[in-house]
Amino acid sequence: MDGPAGAAGTPAPGTPAPAPAIETTGLSKHFGKVPAVDGIDLHVPVGSVFGFLGPNGSGKTTTIRVLLGLLNPTAGTWMLFGRPMPQASMQILPKVGALIEGPAFYPWLSGAQNLARFDAAGPDGDRPTRRARIDLALARVGLTAAAGKKYKAYSLGMRQRLGLASALLRPRELLVLDEPTNGMDPQGTREIRHLIQELAGDGTTVFLSSHLLSEVEQVCTHVAVMSLGKILAQSTIAELQATGARRLAVETVQVSVAATVLERLGLTDLTIEGDAISARLDGQAPEDCCRALVDAGVGVRSLTTVRPTLEDTFVALTGEGFDVAR
Amino acid sequence: MWRAELISQFRRRRVKALLLVLAAVPALLAVLVYLSGGPSNGQGPTFLDEVTRNGVFAALAGLTVTVPFFLPLTVAVVAGDSIAGEASLGTLRYLLVRPAGRSRLLLIKAVTIGAYCLAAALAVAAGGLIAGVILFPVGRVTTLSATTLSLGAGIGRTLLAALVVGASLFGMAAIGLFISTLTDVPVGAMAATVGLAVLSAVLGGVSQVQAIHPWLFTRGWFAFGDLLRDPVQWTAISHDLALQVAYMAVFGAAAWARFTTKDVLA
Ligand SMILES: Nc1ncnc2c1ncn2[C@@H]1O[C@H](COP(=O)(O)OP(=O)(O)OP(=O)(O)O)[C@@H](O)[C@H]1O
Ligand SMILES: [Mg+2]
Repeated sequence: MDGPAGAAGTPAPGTPAPAPAIETTGLSKHFGKVPAVDGIDLHVPVGSVFGFLGPNGSGKTTTIRVLLGLLNPTAGTWMLFGRPMPQASMQILPKVGALIEGPAFYPWLSGAQNLARFDAAGPDGDRPTRRARIDLALARVGLTAAAGKKYKAYSLGMRQRLGLASALLRPRELLVLDEPTNGMDPQGTREIRHLIQELAGDGTTVFLSSHLLSEVEQVCTHVAVMSLGKILAQSTIAELQATGARRLAVETVQVSVAATVLERLGLTDLTIEGDAISARLDGQAPEDCCRALVDAGVGVRSLTTVRPTLEDTFVALTGEGFDVAR
Repeated sequence: MWRAELISQFRRRRVKALLLVLAAVPALLAVLVYLSGGPSNGQGPTFLDEVTRNGVFAALAGLTVTVPFFLPLTVAVVAGDSIAGEASLGTLRYLLVRPAGRSRLLLIKAVTIGAYCLAAALAVAAGGLIAGVILFPVGRVTTLSATTLSLGAGIGRTLLAALVVGASLFGMAAIGLFISTLTDVPVGAMAATVGLAVLSAVLGGVSQVQAIHPWLFTRGWFAFGDLLRDPVQWTAISHDLALQVAYMAVFGAAAWARFTTKDVLA
């Protein structure tokens, strides 16, 4: 699988690998006795679109708050672009655009006034270009028509869009987006996907926490899966899906004969539905299975291997349970 | 960001409303005196008797009337809201990630509150002056020492009195700012600040605790009257201003220690 940022994280031979956009070592944050984040080692390569997944309450937002210097970690260290944090905050954070647990703005100011307010609040908020940057950011999130409207009159999705506009107000090297499409309409969600792909194409690293696994599957090059404050898996999305067991799907009228053959070959977890039979591959080559079926006289109409979806992998890692873990 | 913060704060309907109401209090007072007609019998607050003879005194009467409760109340609203309000809106996390810098943000907030204190006291003086000039004759200002000042000097003293009143609220403002760093609930911070001001005023009236009276931040709130003496009596005013500076130092340092290390969860 070739993601939008293609060769991210695998620099051409000879060039030294750039310092990762985000790197944490044993990072922990406890709330009282609860280890909301429990010794995580994140490695987010420059140029990647990094999906940060995990069930509700697994510690994603807490991790993001620590990374951005809002919370003091209980233990561990972290660096952004190779610079130790939080010491380098004033130099690094201007290059980081963030959306943390939903947008937040001044209700009594308009969308454009809000953006100007935040732009003026920190370094690199170049005043002569402010007007133009605000207009461009609002246009990118489709909010031009509502620019002069008071924030308190914005709908949920419009607020979310304004939050994104704020994150895009200056050229960024890293975007940290905590559930950016929360509350957005389908067009909005699709636009955000395109926006992320476009930004990644320009070399911006995107750290994306999301529950929309199909979106993550489409835009991300890398993923980490978190549960109960720990990281269960972290790799390129292709590698993660390769670790999940592939399945063999066969279509034939002689399903019972096929089932015996596949069981003899050592495939497990057989499911039969009408003329379709599927089983879990444990290292057996699909072509060997095909030959065995044909040798046994099974009329094979079709035979394919199925990669697990990200959702399958996610559920396999974090469990089927619906209730929050704590 | 200094400009942006001031503009953003003073553009708020709440702040505009507070200033407007503060300006309306002495104006209302002047109108009431005008309607009741004639000089009163000397029972009213200081300066109020003088209003019918000289409209300038409406401003000073306004300060006398608002300084025990109304002015400090509005300061508590603005100071208590400063950090806790940003936290409750969620804008605090975006300001910090911007990064506004925690020390810098706190300093900007402190200066904004200070500006509000002065603006509030000046609003009272301005409301009184305008109403006084419209409703009553104006002329040379008779001081508490029975000498007279030119009208210009009288108005100058009045505006200076307003600035002194504004500055005498700085200590309370610093307490409000500190409390505001402790919570994400602005109303709680406002109420706690008002509570402390009431406590300080009550203690000021209890003779058993006379030892702490010189240290109460409400103690010097009426010292501005000494500006209307000839020559000006600076002792009480300078003692009060020094006390306000001490409160600012102590609670400013506490606010800084708290705010620069605090976990921002809102
Ligand atoms: N202010 C707080 N005080 C105490 N515990 C907290 C606080 N904030 C979060 N937690 C706990 O920390 C854990 C992680 O929460 P966090 O918000 O990071 O989860 P999340 O992965 O972002 O979840 P979601 O997908 O629902 O956004 C949870 O168990 C939560 O109850
Ligand atoms: Mg979250």
